[in-house]
Amino acid sequence: MCMTCGCGNSTETNIMIAKPGEINPENISLMIEHKHGHEHSHHTHHDHSHSKTVVEMEQDILKSNNMIAERNRGFFEAKKIFALNLVSSPGSGKTSFLEKTISNLKEEIPFYVIEGDQQTFQDAERIEALKTPVIQINTGQGCHLDSDMVHRALKKLNPEEDSVVMIENVGNLVCPALFDLGENSRIVLISVTEGDDKPIKYPDMFQSADICVINKIDLLPYVNFDIEKAKEYAMRVNHHLKFFEVSATTGVGMRTWYDWLVTCRTQ
Amino acid sequence: MHELSIVMSIVDTVEKEREKQQADTVESIELDIGMISGVEMEAFYFAWEAGVRKTKLEKTRLKINRPPAKAKCTECGQTFVATSSFDACPECENPFCDILSGKELRIKRMTVIKN
Repeated sequence: MCMTCGCGNSTETNIMIAKPGEINPENISLMIEHKHGHEHSHHTHHDHSHSKTVVEMEQDILKSNNMIAERNRGFFEAKKIFALNLVSSPGSGKTSFLEKTISNLKEEIPFYVIEGDQQTFQDAERIEALKTPVIQINTGQGCHLDSDMVHRALKKLNPEEDSVVMIENVGNLVCPALFDLGENSRIVLISVTEGDDKPIKYPDMFQSADICVINKIDLLPYVNFDIEKAKEYAMRVNHHLKFFEVSATTGVGMRTWYDWLVTCRTQ
Repeated sequence: MHELSIVMSIVDTVEKEREKQQADTVESIELDIGMISGVEMEAFYFAWEAGVRKTKLEKTRLKINRPPAKAKCTECGQTFVATSSFDACPECENPFCDILSGKELRIKRMTVIKN
C-alpha cells in the first residue's frame, strides 16, 4: 500500500523533485520504516511482571507536517517572500491562472513556482516557457503535497528576497485541505464548468482557504452555473472568503486579482 | 485518500514515544477525530490495518472519540451542535456561522506495556 494515498500494494512511493530537463533528478524514495519486531514466541518464562504505563500525549496528529510548515513559513518571513498555495479539482485552470498572472506581472514581481502533480513535467514546462524558475514535484501515487516536499523543493528553487512563491497543489479538492505547506494564503479555484454546489460538496477545502477564485467566467453564457449561488454556498462554509471572478484565458477580471496580489505581498 | 498519511503520522509518533518509554508493546491509543475533521472513518480503519501491518502496533487497540462540531452564529451569538461546516443557525437561520470545534485530530494518550 502506498504511503500517501493508499492505492496499490507497494510499501514505497517514489516522489520526484526536479527542474524541467534535469538529468539526474533527485529521486526520493520514501520507505515506510516499519519496525519488524520479532514474532514474540509468546513468553517462555512468565515469572516477571508486566508494568503498564499511561502516557498523556495531547499531540496533534499532523504535528510533524505542521512543524515543517512553520519552518517554511519562517523561511518565507525571513526572506520577505509572499507564498500562495493554489488548490482545486483537476482542470479548474490553476496552471492557466498562474501563466496569465506571471505573464502580466513578471516585470513587477519576481515569481518562483512549485508545481505538484502525480506525474509528468508538463506544468513545469509551461511555467519555464515564461522564463520563470520552477520546480516540479511528482508525488507518484500521492494525492497532495505536504510541507516536507515543499521544503525540499524550496531548497532547490532558492527563491530570492521579496519574491512571490506560487505552489500549485495536486488537483484534488479533498486531500490537500488538511496539509499546511507554510503558505501565507490559500487560494481555492473553481471554474464555471463545474457544479455551483461544489463548496458544500467539498466544504473542507473551502473552509481552509482564504481566497476563492471563480475561473472561466467567459463561459458563463454557455453553462448552467449560478455564480451568486456558488458564492453563497462558499460563504456558508467560510464567510471570511474573498472572491475574484476571472477568466484566465481572456484576462477579464484579472486586474482586481493583480491589485490584491501587488498590495498583499508587501503587507 | 489522505487517511493513510494520517495513519502513518500516528504510527511514527506512537512508535517514537514507545521507544522513549522503553516499552515493548502499545496496548491502546486514544484519539480525538473531530466530526468535521475531514477524515473519513471507513477509509481511516482501512488505512490503519494496512499501516500497522508487521509493526509493533498490529495488535494495538484504538479508542476513538468523535468530538462533535460546534458552531457559533455570527448574528445572534447562539452556540449550537452542527452536522456540517455549513449549518445555518437554528435560532435565527443566519447561514454564516463560525466553527468552534469538531476539527480535532489529536493523539490523546497511549498505554504502553513493559515486560
